[in-house]
Amino acid sequence: MMAGKEDRKRDRDALMSRIVQAGFLAGLILIWYLASTRWGVNRLLLPDPVAVYDNLIDILRSGEFIDDLEITLGELAAAFAISVTSGVTLGYLISRSPYAIEVFEPLFAAIYAIPIILFLPLFVLFFGLGPASKIALGASISFFPVVINTIAGFGHVDRLFVTAARSMGASDYHLFRHVLLPAALPVILTGLRMGFTTALLSIIGSETLASLAGLGHRIVHLAEAMDMARMFAYIVFVIAIAVILNTIVSTLEARGKRN
Amino acid sequence: MATAEAAIKVCGVSHQFGDEGEQRFVRALADTSLDIARGELLCLIGPSGCGKSTLLNVIGGLMTPSSGGVDVLGKPVRGPLPRDIAFVFQESALFPWNTIIENIGLGMTFQGVAKPGRAARAASALEAVGLKDFAQHYPAQLSGGMRQRAALARALSLETPILLMDEPFGALDEQTRMILGEDLSVLLARSHKTIVFVTHSLGEAVFLADRVAVFSARPGTIKQVIAVDEPHPRKPEFVTSAKFTTLRNQLYGLLHDEIRKAVQQTGLADATVQTGPT
Repeated sequence: MMAGKEDRKRDRDALMSRIVQAGFLAGLILIWYLASTRWGVNRLLLPDPVAVYDNLIDILRSGEFIDDLEITLGELAAAFAISVTSGVTLGYLISRSPYAIEVFEPLFAAIYAIPIILFLPLFVLFFGLGPASKIALGASISFFPVVINTIAGFGHVDRLFVTAARSMGASDYHLFRHVLLPAALPVILTGLRMGFTTALLSIIGSETLASLAGLGHRIVHLAEAMDMARMFAYIVFVIAIAVILNTIVSTLEARGKRN
Repeated sequence: MATAEAAIKVCGVSHQFGDEGEQRFVRALADTSLDIARGELLCLIGPSGCGKSTLLNVIGGLMTPSSGGVDVLGKPVRGPLPRDIAFVFQESALFPWNTIIENIGLGMTFQGVAKPGRAARAASALEAVGLKDFAQHYPAQLSGGMRQRAALARALSLETPILLMDEPFGALDEQTRMILGEDLSVLLARSHKTIVFVTHSLGEAVFLADRVAVFSARPGTIKQVIAVDEPHPRKPEFVTSAKFTTLRNQLYGLLHDEIRKAVQQTGLADATVQTGPT
């Protein structure tokens, strides 16, 4: 009975915070609207939200976003595939040796703290202005959370579980499939989600700096053409895409951890 | 007791961790020999760090001793013997990502039991420890005592002739421990298994064991073996009998000096033995 009461209280608290969050966003949009229509902020700096909304509808209706979206998502998929394959494989191999863990774990953690975006000009020199340089950047940045969490996941499995499994005759395959993998999976999944988010951020970011196509490129292009309402509409579009992708990834993570 | 029918023969086992001169060097076991008869329940008792658990791991093939050797059922031990020996550890070594019934099934998978027989064996093992209504629970949803029952069920389902138990009730409160001890005595009286049971508790040792081997302080070796001549399953009244008290006091006398020595060795007062009933 007590538990039910507490659950309901928690649900109510959660609903309240959702309402406050929505109210906060609505307030921001209202201030934006007033600033651009009543308070005389230059339309070139801050377009009217109604114009932004009209542009967003036009973008969605005409489907002109499809080419840029395809390029950005393609870059993201390629970068994430590379970082997951290399990060999980390398992380597992490193985790098999305590010596390798001691060497590589702090090394990767230190490199992870470096802003790798600094290497973007180098990647552009190597791979050109096309998708390849974005893929290289996204993969190098997202590799680190993946590999660090894979090492942490596989490397710190409770010895008691391994001993118990061995005492019951577990083979190497049994040990991996039924002990190491389930023990490590929650930590690895967190690493994958973090890797995915950083890949998305760095790819869109690098498109705004040096690129020929993609959503980030489109936004900069519109800014340079002074088409502010449409630029804002694209920003809203990108935010929506990012929110959808992050929700999907977080849901997958939660589901993977439950099983 | 220790006749030709020995299930486990420990011959001159010594074990040390690290090398001489190293800081982590510890001489855990010194020249220990012991015969354990088939169907016997032997308790190992002694001060903390005296090598009781080390001896158990050596018997179970989880550790290779620095010198000496162990024969189990007439064969020298060179590694884990999943068909002959099952373990119950101090903390529940149940896998938290599997339900209780999955945990038990997994033990049999590891051991190599063919799939058709597993479900029935798992169910009867759970029933034996009184947990048949908790098959679909995860370990985290059970109390400490229930987790240890489940760990015992997993060990029983492996149907090994030998059971090694490393302070299986060590992390439990006194009352849970007493009940588990009584149930274990009933359960094991039927099973005719050979059991080695490591404990800190004098009462638990007297209540469960056919013989109690008392360890000296580090480097551990067996100081004396005391027989408890009382049929299984032991009745709760046994705890309040004069015989029980005499045996427990005798054990206390043997252990007391060793515990003092152990405390001096470590410089800490954590090498205590529980001296309360059971």
